[in-house]
Amino acid sequence: MNEKSENAKACIGAAAGTDSVHRPAEPRWEHFEHKADIGVRGIGPTMAAAFEQAATALVAVCTDPARVRPVEEIRIQCEAPTPELLLIDWLNALIFEMATRKMLFSRFKVQIHGARLEGVAAGEPIDVARHEPAVEVKGATYAELAVHEARPGHWVAQCVVDV
Amino acid sequence: MDLSKLERISETEWHVPPTGRMRVPAVIFATEQLLKEMDDKVLEQACGVATLPGIQKAAFAMPDAHWGYGFPIGGVAAFDPDEGGVISAGGVGFDISCGVRTLLTGLKAKDVIARQKELADTLFRWIPAGVGSTGNLHLSIKELDEVLANGAVWAVQRGYGTHADLERIEEHGRIEGADPDCVSNQAKKRQQDEMGTLGSGNHYLEVQEIVEIYDEAIAKVYGLRLGEVVVSIHCGSRGLGHQINTEYLKEMTAAAQQHGIHLPERELACAPIKSSVGQRYLGAMRAAINCALANRQILSHLAGKAFAEIFPGTKLTLLYDVSHNTCKVEEHVVDGKRKRLFVHRKGATRSYGPSRSADLPPEFRAVGQPVLIGGSMGTCSYILAGTDAAEQKAFASAVHGAGRALSRNQALKQWQGRQVIDELASRGVLIRSPSVRGVAEEAPGAYKDVSAVVDAAEQAGLARKVARCKPIICIKG
Repeated sequence: MNEKSENAKACIGAAAGTDSVHRPAEPRWEHFEHKADIGVRGIGPTMAAAFEQAATALVAVCTDPARVRPVEEIRIQCEAPTPELLLIDWLNALIFEMATRKMLFSRFKVQIHGARLEGVAAGEPIDVARHEPAVEVKGATYAELAVHEARPGHWVAQCVVDV
Repeated sequence: MDLSKLERISETEWHVPPTGRMRVPAVIFATEQLLKEMDDKVLEQACGVATLPGIQKAAFAMPDAHWGYGFPIGGVAAFDPDEGGVISAGGVGFDISCGVRTLLTGLKAKDVIARQKELADTLFRWIPAGVGSTGNLHLSIKELDEVLANGAVWAVQRGYGTHADLERIEEHGRIEGADPDCVSNQAKKRQQDEMGTLGSGNHYLEVQEIVEIYDEAIAKVYGLRLGEVVVSIHCGSRGLGHQINTEYLKEMTAAAQQHGIHLPERELACAPIKSSVGQRYLGAMRAAINCALANRQILSHLAGKAFAEIFPGTKLTLLYDVSHNTCKVEEHVVDGKRKRLFVHRKGATRSYGPSRSADLPPEFRAVGQPVLIGGSMGTCSYILAGTDAAEQKAFASAVHGAGRALSRNQALKQWQGRQVIDELASRGVLIRSPSVRGVAEEAPGAYKDVSAVVDAAEQAGLARKVARCKPIICIKG
């Protein structure tokens, strides 16, 4: 019935892995399938690291993050009652900053204290020729939303974003 | 989709009787073939919508339905506020009042093709498209409030188009009940530089040739002539609508809980129409509808400027402007009773037939409203006419487009943007886009067959085919 949800779960399973049970996760990001839109997933040794990676996955929907120079920093703060809603707020804050500042980001630093997130995003103004931005993200959605520690030191933060 | 769960009513109508928390059936309009290719998620989501308080008749899915958030895209549902009915941000969509408008040029395709490259380059110069693009307008928050209150009427007052255009826009270019005070400053800030921009993703401006007429009489009323050229614009309320939806989705999640509304999935977040959140969302959503109507009005004016550069004296005449992500108050008959309902159409077009003459421009009263259906860049678009049957079957609703068959990532794996551009050029379609990757993600092969979707809609009686248009130039955001 729910093929894509199962795909998403399978991807989480793969991300969690079984071959390196005691090793903290290497920070990385990936996209997962959604027909009309796209799923963003961050993986890292801490929830904060997974949020940073999810942010990179978000930018990668639009452009190759490696093309974006981290020359200008902006600060972001959010607060939400659950880690899932905090992820949504964090990604939506980035979407808002990218849209209003006409910027793209490539480096993120996140600190999470309970319900509160303090983040720094570094990037530069959009340069159409160099960045070739493909599609703007409209918003982070609750579809396939999950923030969890798959095993000790292996955090996953993900959701589908509307493009 | 697993068809065993569905009860076949006709060649194109399938029902799922209510079970569990469902208050009404789920109804899908599609041919067997389209249904087989449809996401199982569509059925699951339609059944979820059917559980919401105050829903009337059924939760409907159109032939182009696919997996959305909460509501399927291609979903239609109507709610009665007097029966605890709800309004849902997920039932409208992120791109509030995304829609299509088609303009008549009166030009012959052979004349346009003779100057196709010049026209493509000129349009690309005039139409701000793609991520981060801005128009010539920078509006203060106060000016933006005027846009949100007055829609395309504001645009016409500012010199974008004429008063005659307003009659050819749903709601006469301005929906009542918009309340800019219900829109956050963040949403307004996101829109200050975005009036008169196309956006990105599946949004486009196309120059199209009318290549087939199915109904001569209606085509005549609409002013459509074989071999002539039209312009179609597909876009919505830009950053403002996205931000409004983001904010109210969050608020409605809490509101649903507060009002004891069970949500099968979080994206079905909704609030009673009569609640404070419900009323504020309505005010904000209508403001976003006005924003979208003004935006498309400005873009039409810019397209007119581009055409006039290449074909002096050409005037673009608006055929019609439809929105396919909305919630509107309409009267419908349910169980023999006339009711005032809040009709959500998420990826579905209103399809008013002749019986809705009071709501149609005088010239369309005998034939129904134009229902404008966008295809993918390489294929074709359709102009249909609204039917009275659509009123009986699905609260006067029809399809909105082809719908994706492949995800963006799958598309990127299959095609390169440059290859898509070259291949379309060899077939006579010139693409202009700031993003080669964006073109690959929107490759024609990534979409379903729009003709199958349109045929199913006609077979189901939701709309009647009038004309088919083939793209000549596509400005892709």
